[in-house]
Amino acid sequence: MRYIGKKLAAMIITLLCISFLVYLAFDLIPGDAALAALGTDATSESLAALREQLGLDRPFLERYLEWLVHFLCGDFGTSYKYHLPVADMIVSKLPITVIMAVISFFIMVVISLPVGIYTAKHSGRRIDRFAMALNQVVMSVPHFFMGILITYLFGMLLKFFTPGGFVSYETDFWGFLSYIIFPCFAIALPKIAMSVKLLRSSCIEESKKDYVRTAYSKGNNTNKVLYRHVLRNAIIPVITLWGMTLADMLVGSIVIEQVFNIPGIGRILLTSISYRDYPVVEAVIVLIAFVVIVTNFVVDVIYQLVDPRISV
Amino acid sequence: MAKRGQGLGKVLLASMLLTLTVALGGCSGDKQDGDSEKVSDTAAASHITIGIPQDLDSLVPSLSQGAGTQEILYNIYEGLYKPDSEGNLVPAVASDYTMSEDGLVYTFTLRDGIKFHNGNPVTAADVKYSIDTCAGLNGGEPVISAFSNIVGVETPDENTIVITLKESSSSFMAILSTVEAAIVPADAADLQTNPIGTGPYKFVSRSLQENVVLERFDGYWGEPAHIKDVTLKVLADSDSIVMNLEGGAVDLVARISTAQAAELGDDFEVLEGTMNLVQAVYLNNAVAPFDNENVRQALCYAVNRQEILDFVSEGKGTLVGSSMFPAFGKYYIEELNDLYTTDIEKAKALLTEAGYPDGFSFTMKVPSNYQQHVDTAQVVAEQLKQIGVTADIELIEWETWLNDVYQGRDFEATLVGVDASTLTAGAMLSRFRSDAHNNFINYNNQEYDAAYAEALAAESVMDDDRATEAYKKCETILAGTAANVYIQDMCELVAVRKGYTGYTFYPLYIQDFSKLDIQ
Repeated sequence: MRYIGKKLAAMIITLLCISFLVYLAFDLIPGDAALAALGTDATSESLAALREQLGLDRPFLERYLEWLVHFLCGDFGTSYKYHLPVADMIVSKLPITVIMAVISFFIMVVISLPVGIYTAKHSGRRIDRFAMALNQVVMSVPHFFMGILITYLFGMLLKFFTPGGFVSYETDFWGFLSYIIFPCFAIALPKIAMSVKLLRSSCIEESKKDYVRTAYSKGNNTNKVLYRHVLRNAIIPVITLWGMTLADMLVGSIVIEQVFNIPGIGRILLTSISYRDYPVVEAVIVLIAFVVIVTNFVVDVIYQLVDPRISV
Repeated sequence: MAKRGQGLGKVLLASMLLTLTVALGGCSGDKQDGDSEKVSDTAAASHITIGIPQDLDSLVPSLSQGAGTQEILYNIYEGLYKPDSEGNLVPAVASDYTMSEDGLVYTFTLRDGIKFHNGNPVTAADVKYSIDTCAGLNGGEPVISAFSNIVGVETPDENTIVITLKESSSSFMAILSTVEAAIVPADAADLQTNPIGTGPYKFVSRSLQENVVLERFDGYWGEPAHIKDVTLKVLADSDSIVMNLEGGAVDLVARISTAQAAELGDDFEVLEGTMNLVQAVYLNNAVAPFDNENVRQALCYAVNRQEILDFVSEGKGTLVGSSMFPAFGKYYIEELNDLYTTDIEKAKALLTEAGYPDGFSFTMKVPSNYQQHVDTAQVVAEQLKQIGVTADIELIEWETWLNDVYQGRDFEATLVGVDASTLTAGAMLSRFRSDAHNNFINYNNQEYDAAYAEALAAESVMDDDRATEAYKKCETILAGTAANVYIQDMCELVAVRKGYTGYTFYPLYIQDFSKLDIQ
């Protein structure tokens, strides 16, 4: 309980720091929302009027604190550029990014587990060496480039999907799924390669330990030893990796959204940064940070479930 | 212990199988989707998907800012008058107007039977409300700064609107015809989520950063649109334009690059127009060495504009010699293009005369989001090396450009395109008056100020010929003093899928969907 309390306190402090840094960054970079909105039509009078209207003429700290109080009360503010409530903007786009991250994660787990175990079991054989070589290649390709390759191969050549033909989950859920499965693979593939490599080496490492010999001597066959004993221990470092990956995938999907022309949280974030639309940027970044921190926390808890030796 | 282990294994296996099934199912489902899409493409004949580079910043005309937003809103909203493809102002919500002798009182007649998209008739009260909002007469700042010139809007009867000005203005009708001054219902609940106008298309739905869906308005007063459904798809990443076109996700994209046009296959037609802007190396006339006319002229002589066009846009584009582009018609002076023909020796002599026999170096700030400006800057920098001048190109974000260069005037040179918000000479030329708030190049020439004042004076007494002469004089002074290194009015390329016709170029930022048709 004390542990959770400590974690929560750390989480809140982290989020506060992040939101402050984002605010500070916006204060330091050239240009502001008023100028971005008025563009070349701006006169010093119209700029001053709009800045006053948006509250940009007030001191930095005052603006930050006001934003913070509103934010904590659940009022995320209104987008400077789109004149729409920030909460609505995020709520309509969040499912896209989250579903992508979840599917990518699922793909990763489902593929890397059997492949990792299989290669560990057959380590040193030709199939293992081939798999490891392939693994190395996949691992070294960044996900956005993987996205371009997938678009070209499955979209342009094989016509499995129409590049850019994204449909929202609100209008056609199956159409949505059958489009995002490809970007999800682009996100998942490098991560699959990583976890296959880790699981394989972890399995091999574990199988050299004394308890394995004991397990064999009890009359277990290879499969029983592997699944009942070795895997339970070997999977712990892999779960750590997955935990970190889940957060990474959420961020990774922001990049992949651009490659596949998907209007998710990433698109909102990028356009809002260039328009100096900081209510939106603040909310999105704090949200992402929140998800990352919570994910890490959940991973800690899962640890304990898998291995009672680690006490939370 | 052993039992739990077994359980884990089974769960893993089960989940694996489950996902594989889902994944495979997804693949086959996908293929079917592709096929059915093709069928529906031909069946639903009256539909077009148009790619736009950014989402609309506002669906309320008076709040809209970006040219990219207003060019789309043109289809949903109309002002009392509106520009046509020739650049003329034609009646829209009004059917007619008269102006008093002194140019201060404009009397508009409301078009008979004109309706909003929600079916309600447009009333004089709606017009008054809309104009008052733009002029800040409903409280608040004027949304259109030029409308601070409006004293009052009266509605003597149901079909008449009288607008009174403080002082006469030749550009009043042009500004009144912009989409910002569009007529909206006075009683509309929330135009931002439910826009209602009088244009040929009505709003259906919008998904932020994804699309905007429009449908033909069957109660339109004028010539109805041909295509029933128009979907505007946001293509935020310019690299995805070709893929979206080739893949069939969009049918039409305006302002593509020559490189993108070259990548397109036989399914597309590439139409060519002009961007209607003046691309130039804009020089800060207040900082050394560009405060020296000889130096500025030397740069003009050193630059080979045809070579730039050949390199950057396969020779496409129209050369310009001053701050005016051909679509302006009577104001445009073609002869100014030949004022500085490339002459390296002359350029060097001018530099020597100015005290820079060995050349100098300067920084050219270029907004990085405009690839064509970046490409052009590189060619210009290369050409300037011939006279010993080194141009260091600094790529900056557009917002930084607005802040540092345009507002802060903290730059030596910058390569951008300057366009006109209305088709009035003032839109291009007023900024070069020495005291103009948007005179970002710090141009300071008394002769110019006098010529511009003369133009305004001529306009106030409605002497169009004299005004045109004075504006032309302004242009000539700009060219003669080499205020900037003028390059070109860039070509605008529009990719249209074969089968769609009727794309019309406008001399202003306007995308008119109502003229599009299907063969």
